[in-house]
Amino acid sequence: MLKVTDLHAEVGGQQILHGIDLEVKAGEVHAIMGPNGSGKSTFAQILAGRDTYQVTRGEVVYRDKNLLEMDPEERACEGVFLAFQYPVAIPGISNTYFLKAALNAIRRHRGLEQLDAIDFLSLVREKTKLLRIEAGLLERPVNDGFSGGEKKRNEIFQMAVLEPTLAILDETDSGLDIDALKVVASGVNSLRSPDRAFLVVTHYQRLLNYIVPDRVHVLYDGRIVRSGGKELALELEEKGYGFLGGDPEA
Amino acid sequence: MSLVMDKENVFLTSFDRLERRWSVDSPPWVQRLRRAAMAHFVETGFPTTGHEEWRFTDVSPLVDVSFEPARPPSQLPAPEELEEAASLPKGSRRIVFVNGHYQHDLSTGRAAAKGVLVGRLAEAIRTRRDLVEPHLGRHAGYQDQPFVALNTAFLDDGALVYLAPGTVVEEPIHVLYVWTATDRASVAHPRNLIVAESHAEAQIVETYLGLGEDVSFTNVVTEIVLAPGAIVDHYKLQREGREAFHMGTVQVQQQRESTFSSHLISLGGSLVRNETNTRLAGEGCRSTLNGLYMAAGRQHMDSRTRIDHEKPHCQSRELYKGILDDRAKGVFNGKIFVHQDAQKTDAKQTNQTLLLSDRAQINTKPQLEIFADDVKCTHGATVGQLDEEALFYLRSRGIAHERARNLLVYAFTNEVVRSIRLEPIRAQLGQILLAARGLPADTPIEETS
Repeated sequence: MLKVTDLHAEVGGQQILHGIDLEVKAGEVHAIMGPNGSGKSTFAQILAGRDTYQVTRGEVVYRDKNLLEMDPEERACEGVFLAFQYPVAIPGISNTYFLKAALNAIRRHRGLEQLDAIDFLSLVREKTKLLRIEAGLLERPVNDGFSGGEKKRNEIFQMAVLEPTLAILDETDSGLDIDALKVVASGVNSLRSPDRAFLVVTHYQRLLNYIVPDRVHVLYDGRIVRSGGKELALELEEKGYGFLGGDPEA
Repeated sequence: MSLVMDKENVFLTSFDRLERRWSVDSPPWVQRLRRAAMAHFVETGFPTTGHEEWRFTDVSPLVDVSFEPARPPSQLPAPEELEEAASLPKGSRRIVFVNGHYQHDLSTGRAAAKGVLVGRLAEAIRTRRDLVEPHLGRHAGYQDQPFVALNTAFLDDGALVYLAPGTVVEEPIHVLYVWTATDRASVAHPRNLIVAESHAEAQIVETYLGLGEDVSFTNVVTEIVLAPGAIVDHYKLQREGREAFHMGTVQVQQQRESTFSSHLISLGGSLVRNETNTRLAGEGCRSTLNGLYMAAGRQHMDSRTRIDHEKPHCQSRELYKGILDDRAKGVFNGKIFVHQDAQKTDAKQTNQTLLLSDRAQINTKPQLEIFADDVKCTHGATVGQLDEEALFYLRSRGIAHERARNLLVYAFTNEVVRSIRLEPIRAQLGQILLAARGLPADTPIEETS
């Protein structure tokens, strides 16, 4: 589904990614782990189309298409979803409106009918139960005045409504208490399916207790330095990232 | 009157002509008011950028046009066309002027309730001197206001709204000024007077609309008087054509425990200046001055406010937002004067401008002068661009770039809309702003924040 080859990227002239190679197949869950500053979030944002980063070399093929040539909205319509590490607050636009506009844009792209208010509402009700989201949250402006946990749950809720093919979760676990973490994880798990893939970016192993990955990759200094099964996450938890290159962090 | 300059001469000539006509049925006190104002205008002339208050607004494009007093329209828009163009609710109470001339047949709506007078100022000057003379020209001083002087010199007609003590009008009262085709550059000087006696309540919406493409100049003054305990919500929607000049002053006089709110929405015109001034002349007054200016192309919009806290325990709130695109220019000047006597004043002013292009410009100046020592006054001005993070967030969810941009601009303006208490007007304004950004009408207007 996703094939990343020799991906190099920089921001403001500073090289951040030094050649990433990664292949993710439909139905798989891959975890990307690594210390702060290793390039995890940069990688996630590049996949979603953030243009502050310049790709200087390499390619990304997503479902046989050149992902890097697409605008962010086109990627979303093609099924790419990024759950943001820091979801943006947008005062003045309600969560419901935002989501309906997004869903209908994606449906239009796929040649599906637009959902009317009633169908949309029933879809939303079903998904709110899944993520234990209060209805009140939907009428509020997008992420405005939300707690950290509410923002993260809102991201997963959006994912549940938009039903992407490739979901990238950027540090969705950070700032969540254990109960919220379980809710988020069960939301993600309920969406796992043979034709959907997940890329879970995280600093800690904790989340992977609840979302069990097929593969774990360690990103270090802009490169994937190790890949393995789910047991690699446990090893990292035990030894820290320090053993990878003498970095005392974590 | 020795230094009559050419440009002012255009107005002096038509003044002499009109004055002879008006003098037939104008009472002497109005004639005196006009002559004194004209004399003052001729003496001071049009402002230049050398005047501190006009530093960023150059009126020479206006001064260079030879305006003629607007003639009665040869053709009138249909009532449905007006309702559509002005986003007026069907059957709402309204008083309509086309090219500055009162239109009896278009001025409709339910018969006025007891204690409410909605009509022409020209008529009230003749028949209700008792209501008009104590206020007309007494609040909007023209000493330092050349365009107010010019308006007063040409004072003839406009809307009069009078509310007897304790009268509460639930339905909004619409005052509509429309320009249609004029064939020549035309000027109108509408004069409105709104008087709310003690504990009266009303919502008044002034709309300025351009249906024609000709060069027009609206030079309007509205005086609003709130007696003790009165509540007035005032809205001014300026939606004239791209060839329009608009100079407007809303001058408010608030007596004790009155509550006034103003929403000034400026969308149309080429060279536009709006002043909204209120004097809090009694204790316990509340005043809210909100505004929104949206300019593109080469539009120039100048928004100014002045709040005089003259007595203790008054509260004022001010939120002005602006969106400037292309090569548009904006000016904001917000003055708050806290007089020596005005202890326990609580004043807050905010101005935020969004620049959508590199060539758009804003000059913003908050100006607080405080002569009392126990007060709470804050002000803040920000100028910025569209939030790239927010734009990416919307796009990453599938919303196309242009739509995402428009949504964010709309969201920015929405804060001003949300502060409107009256639902029909909030909805009406919401629709106007959505249309201005090319967004579908079903975009919900956020109620909470």
